[in-house]
Amino acid sequence: MPRGYAGKYLDVDLTRETLRDVTFPEETLEAYFGGRGLAVKILLDRIGGRWPEVDALGPENIFMALTGPMTGFYPGGRICCSGKSPLSNGTVGSTASSEFAHELKTAGYDGVIVTGKASSPVYILVTDDLGEIRDAGHLWGKMGSETIKIINREVTEELAGRKPVGLWKDPGSIYIGPAGENIVFNSAVMSKLTHAAGYGGYGSVMGSKNLKAIVAKGRGPLPEVHDLERMKELWDEAHRMLIARDSWRRTGTGYGGWSTAATMSSSPVRNWQEEWHDERSFAGPMFETRYWVKKYWADFNCTANCMKLSCIKSGRWKGDITDGPDYEQQAYAGNNFGIFDPGDCIHLSALIDELGHSAIGGANTMAFAAELYQRGLLTEEELGFKLEWGDTEAFDRLARMIAHREGVGKILAEGTLRAAKKLGEMKGVDLSPYAVHVKGIEIGAHGTRSDRDFLAHDMSYAANVQGGDHTSQAVDGHREHSGSVFSDSGVFCNFCRTSQELAFEIARAITGFPITIDSWRKVNGVRIVTLQRAFLMMGGPDMVWTPIEDDENPPRFYEPLPNGPFKGRTTDRDLVVERRATYFETMGWDERGIPRKETLERLDLAELEPSMEKLRK
Amino acid sequence: MKHDGRWWPEASRVRVFMPFPGVEVPHLCAQCDDYPCIGSCPVDAISVDETTAVVVDREACISCGKCIEACPGSVPFLHPGDNKSTICDLCGGDPECVKVCHEARYDALRLVHEGMSANRKHFSRQPLDVARDLAVKLFGERGEEVI
Repeated sequence: MPRGYAGKYLDVDLTRETLRDVTFPEETLEAYFGGRGLAVKILLDRIGGRWPEVDALGPENIFMALTGPMTGFYPGGRICCSGKSPLSNGTVGSTASSEFAHELKTAGYDGVIVTGKASSPVYILVTDDLGEIRDAGHLWGKMGSETIKIINREVTEELAGRKPVGLWKDPGSIYIGPAGENIVFNSAVMSKLTHAAGYGGYGSVMGSKNLKAIVAKGRGPLPEVHDLERMKELWDEAHRMLIARDSWRRTGTGYGGWSTAATMSSSPVRNWQEEWHDERSFAGPMFETRYWVKKYWADFNCTANCMKLSCIKSGRWKGDITDGPDYEQQAYAGNNFGIFDPGDCIHLSALIDELGHSAIGGANTMAFAAELYQRGLLTEEELGFKLEWGDTEAFDRLARMIAHREGVGKILAEGTLRAAKKLGEMKGVDLSPYAVHVKGIEIGAHGTRSDRDFLAHDMSYAANVQGGDHTSQAVDGHREHSGSVFSDSGVFCNFCRTSQELAFEIARAITGFPITIDSWRKVNGVRIVTLQRAFLMMGGPDMVWTPIEDDENPPRFYEPLPNGPFKGRTTDRDLVVERRATYFETMGWDERGIPRKETLERLDLAELEPSMEKLRK
Repeated sequence: MKHDGRWWPEASRVRVFMPFPGVEVPHLCAQCDDYPCIGSCPVDAISVDETTAVVVDREACISCGKCIEACPGSVPFLHPGDNKSTICDLCGGDPECVKVCHEARYDALRLVHEGMSANRKHFSRQPLDVARDLAVKLFGERGEEVI
């Protein structure tokens, strides 16, 4: 086993109630690394050509929570959740920051692979070299905070009883809230109350398996690294760079709610009908001065400290706790609901997290519903209440209604795309102009129309194998492979990125693998993304994407911005077409984005040729 | 890292408990003025050095756990490697945690020289009790219910 890895993965079949340890050959780990990369390799080996028939919400789907060799060592370790996505029918490497990742590694496991479906609610407990399936009947239906409280108490007491070594520290966990339990397609895998692996809808995959949580408590050391002395030097170097980012540490993304909208005009406002506002009531200091109870918050071994902890201590939302809110939550639980009061935004952020919605996906669907209400396409009778922009109580009710699949919430629970199709069919109206997603994955809070956003441009989402995911976009077919594809496979936080050179140097010091930026840009990253593209286009069973036609931005991104400094601008369609074609070519895919035969051969993916041949036509 | 040469959070003499997100409780020896752990040890494996730190003789320790029971904060724990009682020894008077905290530019930890005091013992508390207080300090009334 190469260095940096604990050495084994826990393979759980919930139907048969069996657990076994599995390992992967060293060359597989060198090629796919961990997290997002290894997940797609596991899917290739276990599902492969059967992909179109596998229901993402059926027992045959595989849910994975994987670390990578960088996790625990490189600052900002995360856990990567993956499997077939019920939103895109492809795969997403969806990561969340959590000590769960480090607990898993110190327990001797690099990840957990879950198939089947439990007959009743369960959770998986992983302790030193041992996995077990435990009853979760008492946790089912519980909100996030209650789930954490019960798990921490129950597991520490249980372990202290088994092994009296003194006080047991609290375990790490990933879990789902009511939204995941009730199979809200875009629900998140949650951790630490406010942290989420949101993209991909893996909360619903856990829910479909009756899996409430995976809990880990390890007492061992982190794995041995290849070159410890070099690693210490490099960690210091990374840390010096991260800790010197004083401004970033002070504000995190928590000042973005006003500035992204006002200065870049790329923030969703009222379901993306606008992308600009100048509501200074929503500026960073308005959050900071009144609500931040911790100005610097971080998870284990994270020295970026961009997280803030907010709590409302008086008034109608007294007691609400959330992290940040970070920019995405400010945008999606704020301006996109037409809400510009920090307290109201914190309340909805906290509620969305407690329910286990994705703060981007779930909130996108809620704003979609609000636009339908605005246009008279969804009525007070259907909803049971008025859903006006800026009405915090109404969005509160809607969030609960979707999480519990009540009334029209049952349809909205299928995510923006599927809800638009179903409601549209019911009403005989094309609702696609109001559905802001790419390939079923609701778009992050970074618009492309002004072209001033620091992340998203023309075809960033349109050509992305992870759809609307703003954390890993199509860039140029080179840089993202050694950037976000590498960090999602590593598995560490994008916000702890120092330089790609340093990250790769650290990767070599940890693992001893002779990997380089170049090898990831030309082979490793290309292979992972090509595999993701292959699965995405194989799709099914409920939906299959049409190449080019679905490799597009949502219609809204071609409507002129109605206000702000970039009024009248739209995403440049010609540029999308041109750059998408270049991207496909760079990737070695044909003009419709189907991986070419020679590309598959070059990347040792020839086994996919029969499936790709069918798609080429 | 200093004692074990590995990244080993569970072997650290400074353990951070987190019974609820955001409520982190650093837990370590407070060097009580009456050292109840020393009196509890049936094999005299625990002593005090010149810095007032508690030192465990790992060869003599029989892993009975009496020191954990005697400590008001249940601070000692059996090491996940050798299963011997493990207590912060102040690194011989030059604590590594203070040094790295400074090197890391946090400067959250500072070495303070102070005489023996009956107050020290009040820092030796159960992490859950500390967490309940901290939660209220952070979250107000809501803090009463999260731990």
